[in-house]
Formats: sequence, structure tokens, C-alpha cells
Amino acid sequence: MTALRLAFAALLAAWPAWAAADDQVTTFALDNGIQVVVVEDTRAPVVTHMLWYRVGSADEAPGVSGVAHFLEHLMFKGTDELASGEFSSVVAANGGRDNAFTSYDYTGYFQRVASDRLGLMMQMEADRMTDIAPTAAEILSERGVILEERAQRTDSDPAALFREQMSAALYLNHGYGTPIIGWRHEMEELDMEDVMSFYAEHYAPNNTVLVVAGDVTADEVRALANEHYGVIPANPAITARQRTQEPPQRAERRLIFRDARVAQEYVTRSYIAPERDPGAQEKAAALTILAEILGGGTTSFLAEKLQFDTQTVVYVGAWYRGMSLDDTSFSLVVLPAPGVTLEEAEAAMDTALTEFMETGVDAEQLDRIKMQLRASQIYARDSADGVARRYGSALTSGLTVADVQAWPGILQAVTAEDIMQAAAEVLRPESSVTGYLTTPEAEGGPTQ
Amino acid sequence: MKRFSLALFAVLTLALPARADVDIVEVTSPGGITAWLVQEPSIPFMALDIRFRGGASLDALGKRGATNLMTGLLEEGAADMDARAFARVTEALAASFSYSVRDDSLSISARFLTENRDEAVALLRASIKEPRFDQDALTRVRDQVLSGIRSDAQDPNEIATAAWRKMAFGTHPYGSAYEGSVETVSALTREDMIEAHANIFAKDRLYVAAAGDITPEALGAMLDTLLGDLPDTGAPMPEEAQLAISGGVTVIPYPTPQSVAMFGHAGIDQDDDDFFAARVLNQVLGGGSFESRLTQEVRVERGLTYGVYSFLVPRDLAATYQGQVASSNETVAEAIEVIRDEWQKAATEGVTEEEIADAKTYMTGAYPLQFDSNSAISRIMVGMQMLGLPIDYIPTRNERVEAVTVDDVQRVAGYLLDPAGLHFVVVGQPVGLESGPLPN
Repeated sequence: MTALRLAFAALLAAWPAWAAADDQVTTFALDNGIQVVVVEDTRAPVVTHMLWYRVGSADEAPGVSGVAHFLEHLMFKGTDELASGEFSSVVAANGGRDNAFTSYDYTGYFQRVASDRLGLMMQMEADRMTDIAPTAAEILSERGVILEERAQRTDSDPAALFREQMSAALYLNHGYGTPIIGWRHEMEELDMEDVMSFYAEHYAPNNTVLVVAGDVTADEVRALANEHYGVIPANPAITARQRTQEPPQRAERRLIFRDARVAQEYVTRSYIAPERDPGAQEKAAALTILAEILGGGTTSFLAEKLQFDTQTVVYVGAWYRGMSLDDTSFSLVVLPAPGVTLEEAEAAMDTALTEFMETGVDAEQLDRIKMQLRASQIYARDSADGVARRYGSALTSGLTVADVQAWPGILQAVTAEDIMQAAAEVLRPESSVTGYLTTPEAEGGPTQ
Repeated sequence: MKRFSLALFAVLTLALPARADVDIVEVTSPGGITAWLVQEPSIPFMALDIRFRGGASLDALGKRGATNLMTGLLEEGAADMDARAFARVTEALAASFSYSVRDDSLSISARFLTENRDEAVALLRASIKEPRFDQDALTRVRDQVLSGIRSDAQDPNEIATAAWRKMAFGTHPYGSAYEGSVETVSALTREDMIEAHANIFAKDRLYVAAAGDITPEALGAMLDTLLGDLPDTGAPMPEEAQLAISGGVTVIPYPTPQSVAMFGHAGIDQDDDDFFAARVLNQVLGGGSFESRLTQEVRVERGLTYGVYSFLVPRDLAATYQGQVASSNETVAEAIEVIRDEWQKAATEGVTEEEIADAKTYMTGAYPLQFDSNSAISRIMVGMQMLGLPIDYIPTRNERVEAVTVDDVQRVAGYLLDPAGLHFVVVGQPVGLESGPLPN
């Protein structure tokens, strides 16, 4: 142990030797507004091509929840050039894989193929940016698919239904309170016009980030991107994203979700929290480390107090998602040990939080966390795809390339005082929701 | 925009898959332990994968879950460190160790930095050779395992899987979950942990692979430090499992809006000469691509599901061919009917030459896509060794896929696909389905 600690101290001193920035990354823009990121990695002769749109479910108008995700599905139907399903079958016939994802702040499409197929992928992706042509029958059958997706991911899972209610209660006025996949009653009504107007409004080159990672040079990407994407005119109607924002939150909210399918009860609490902003990521950095300190594994403060010292809970966790366009959340969860009620677990969590606010940050723990954050920069280089996703999500969540590259340094500069100040600002009952996931007949529940 | 179908066609016919080019060397330590290595010094860390054959199937009778719980305790205290001390040292080194168990193997995946490699290896060795199995850690981790088992008992997918497995394999270890049951896990003691540890940690079932910033010489020395003092032999391997399931439907009522169905029958062994033909067949029928017949018919054409798949499950002690689908209670009967029709059609009429060609292109193209990180390469290499594949297999694998003929696939479809032998376990409140023989 002592020997290891010494080695650790020596390592800290030697660190700057390899703390280089993302030297494998090149960024530039095309004339029509497409922002391009290239992550070079020549270890395998493959490439990942991703097109990220700066639009997600939180950009939907009221009444059409789920339309961003529905459109993502319909992007795989036909265009004026491609038959329905041809996009994926061409990718498959070229030995590639493709898929897509929709989030609150972005929608992304990607293919992973041998690097000499990059041009073909761009050709097809550029095609479906401008003229998809789903048929009425496809709207019907694919709406069935997204309703089944909701049934599988949400309606069949009480924990997922509970999270949906938690978000709806946490956000008083922002689209983050509406599920990405949509509310079922609105999904059932989504039609051709809803989809095509969302597509016309948001899908254009000046609303995208192109990320290419793998065995390719920046010059090759620039030439191919100009050939395939550069010819598409920008849509001048697309301007900065305008969203309703949260008002000051003034009341602590509590909810109880009961479902007979619940096997493990738990308590969770979410607080409204600031996100990473361009040029101002310091508070988010402090909150990122705070989540590690409070609930990042067996050495975390809450695990020490609740899992080891008192054995009140079997599991504790803390999360903070700094990558977000608007106000994000900081969340805690505790799973009570057998014989411990939800109320007792919540009380123990609050006692521990109060103690943390009094005792402050353990310096050795902070050192260990910073060490892991530094090492994560090395490990991250093992996955060019991971680097690609990091840039894609940042650039569609309001951040710049400079912000992404400054982030590791900002994390290292966080002090114990920064963390305690961020904790005091964010862990306020008035801007929180506390939820119990429980069974209808659970004893010792909050109703007593 | 001009049409580019012609251009696509040209690309399709000329396309050759990327070639997987992985330079593996076999390293034998001074003490006689062998490992496969891909040396890749460009990033200052290495990935290391260690596997022990037998896995949770080595659980003694009545001790189901012992190997799983023991595996969970490896990182909960070793040598002079209790659970928290072990975690703190691991964090201070920024090393990561993951320990997991499945039916056929216990897996340890590690990654650590070049500059504190010796300390990381010492720590990893302690967890393998000197775990403490402290009573307080055992109680704590057991509660976590029990929490997971109780959650699984309420999860429609897990309920369906458990029922299918039980019908298929009965009292063989494959017939139950490797996590064990509430009863068996609650009864496990520290002595059971010591026994489970002795059963599996032995050189006669050991496989090692590494990728990253390390030389063959340094890896050789590391192998002896890490694994050199393991005993030569462990517990005998369990017997082969006999598949006892036959065609039919089993409905397990559960209050949920969407039913889940697991289905399957006997499969084909990984070392069977027809295995690649079976893989091609499955790719066409229900493999992971969007183009599969099941996805096209059940999802794309009819909108009955978000996902439907079939997959070959060739394990050490039995091989099955299984699949799954989730569909609303009102539509799951129709989804199952479509799946049975497709199974029947493929069994009697086979698949088309074009489908076979597309499946082969997909499989040969997808293969090299996975060798994209040290962690992935190390994991793949340890798996290859467990399958008994030769060290020069990777560049030859696509030739084996290419060698599959249309006749091979049709012949395999004829004997492997058994529409009357499919057993569907359906969990939910399915409309128009009940337990019994397969409907006509």
C-alpha cells in the first residue's frame, strides 16, 4: 500500500509528458455550413461515418412528441433516388453496419464500413438529407414499429415509466420533460405532415456536424465531403435554436410510482443543474467530479456511509450529465437493504448529504478521481469511435471544438472549494424531485 | 439529383471486404504459460484478457450461484486489503479490472497504464490468487446478487428465458440461471466460495491474450508473476447437456402490455463442418441485419415489433438455435405465426442464391470491422483460443465463409430448421394463444 501510494505520487509529478490534446483530430467547415470533424486512426482499415443533426426531441413543437425519433426511423425508407430499405441493404451488401439514434438535443446517423466505401456512404447520406419520400403505408407500418419500441423499452419496464414521470416533474417548462420516444397518445396520431414539416424545418447542411473516424486523412474527407455534401445549399431559415426555458423552481416535488412488477424498490432524487456552456464549463466540471465523489463506486462518500458503515442500502449511485444544450440534472439513487424502508433509506441519504456538506472533500479521493480522469484520456484513444461520439454530441449540444479540447484541463483545475460551492448551489430541495419506485402493497411506504 | 443506381451496382460488384490484418504472436512464459499477443505501442497502456473454461457450470450440486458470487467477490478484498482498500488502490493506479462469469467460462478483462504496470499486475494477482472472501463483503455482495435475482423474476425477458432453459436442460447447470436462485444463493457460505475458487482457478483450463504496449519478453515474465503459482488442475468439466425440449407453446401469464416470446430448438456445434453454412442460413433468416427475412416480414412489412432475431447458441456442452420477439398482446400471435411460416418456408424451400450471396458479403465485410481497439483485439483473441482456432485463423476466416455453397446452405436448412420442433415460451397476456401443442 505504502509503496503504491509513493508510485502514485511520482506518477502525478511526471504527468504532463503525455497529457497532449486530441492530436488525432482535425476540424474544418464547408461553405454551406457543415461542420466537419475527422478523427484519424489507422490501426484497422475501417471508418465510421456519422452525420449529426442539431435537432432532437426537445426541439419538437407541443402536441407532436416523438416526431424527431419517428423521422429518424423514416430516414431508412425511400428517397427520390433510393428505394425503401435500399440504404441499409447497400450498407449491408458492402459489409457495413448502420444505425441511428435520437436524443433530446441531436439526431445522428452512422455507418461503419471498410474505409474505401466512405464516398458511397456520403453519397447516400447526402441524398436522404434533402428528399425522403415515405409512402402513406410506410407511415402506418413504421408508426406500429415505434409504438412497439415504446412498449418494449418503456411500457414493459416500470423503472422506465418511473424515469419518464420523474423527468416530467423535474422540468416545469422545458422539452426535456417530454420523453424522446414520445407520449403514446401523441405518437398514435403522428402523420405524414407532422414528419415532413419537421424534416423541412430542421434537415439542412447548415444544421449538421459531419464526423468521420478511422483509417482516413482529413484531406480525403474534405474532398469527399465537398463532392457529396458541399453541393447542397444551406437553408437560411435555420437560425439559432429557440427553446422555452425553465423558470426559477420554487417548490420541492415528490412522487410515488407504484407498479406490481417492481422487484427492487428504490429512492431517487433529481436536481436541476447547469450544463456545460461554451467558454464556461467550470461549474459543470465541478459537478462532474461531485457526482464521482458522492456516488462513483465503492469508494464514494455515499457508498462509504450507506453501504459500508451502516449497511442501509445495497447500492448507491450519483449521475450528472454535463453534455446538454439547456439546464440538465444531477441525480442520486439509493436501493434500500432488506428490511430498510424507502423512508429510512431517504433519511439516511439526507443525513449523509448533510454530513458531506459539513466535512467537505477528501483530498486523497479528489486526487484519485483526477488521476482516473487523466488516464481516461489515454484509454479514450483506444476507441476512435468514442472520440467521434464525444465531438458529435458536444458540437450538437452547443459546445465548440475549443470547449471539447479545454475540458480535460478544466476538470484538472477543479478545487475542493469549487466542488463544495457547486454542491451548495445545486443540491437545493426547491429545485428537486424525489421519487419512490415501489409496489402497490409495499409496507412501510411513504403513505403511512 | 441524378440517379446513381448504376454507380451503386458497379461498386457492389467490385467491392472486396477490408482485410483483417492482425499480427498475432504466441508467447510462452519461462514457466510454460502461453498467451497470444498483438504488440501495439502507440498508446501507453495494455489490455489483458484471461479466461478459465468451465465457468458457472462447475457449480457443485445444490450450490447454484456459487461461482457467480465468488467471481463478484474477487474485487472485494485481497491479500492485506479489504474491499475499500482494494478499490482505492485500483483507482489510484487508474487501472480497471472486470470479472465476469457465464455458463462456459470465467473472464477477467484488465487494462492498465504502461507506467504503473507492475503495481497493477501485483494488484490483479492478489485478486486472483489471494481473495479474502470476508464475511461482511460476502453478505453485501450476496444482497446485491439477490436484488438482481428478484428483479429478474419480474422481468418478462428473464422469465421467458428461464422457462425455456428449464424445459430444455432440466437439472443440468444449463437448465438454470448461473446467478442461482434466492434459496441457493441465500445458503452459500465462505467455504463454498473457497471451493468454487479452487474448482476453476487452474492452469488446465487457462487462456490468455494481450494487446497493447508490451513486448513478448515482458509479457512472458508477467504471465509467470500473475498466474505461475496457480494449481495445475481444477474440478472435472461437467457432462454434456441433453436437450429435452419439443415443439409447442408455453404461455406464462404476466401483467404487461407487450408479450415477449423466446423460441428455439436444437442447434449446431461450433466445430461442425456445416457451422459456417448454418451461420449464413441464420444471417438470411433472422441474423442481426435489417435485411433478414424475419425483420422484413415481422417488422418492416407488418409493423408488429421493434425487434425480431434468431441466433445460433453453440455452447461447450450443448448447441441450440434460438430466437426472440416482443409484440403487443393483441399482435404477438400473428408475429409468432409469421415466424413459424418463415421457418417452414426456409426449411422446405431453402433460401435464394442472391440472399446467400448478400449474407456472405455482409458477414465477410462485418468481420474486419471489429478489430478496432486493443481491448477488442485482446478479447477476440482469448475467445479464439477457447474455440481451439489456429493462430493464423483471422486472415483465413473470410475464405471459410466464401467457401460455403448454395447447396451447403440448402442442405443445412433441410436438417437444422425444424418448424415442428420450435417451442415458444410467451410471457404476457397474449390474445389467442394458449399453452399446448403448436397451433395448426
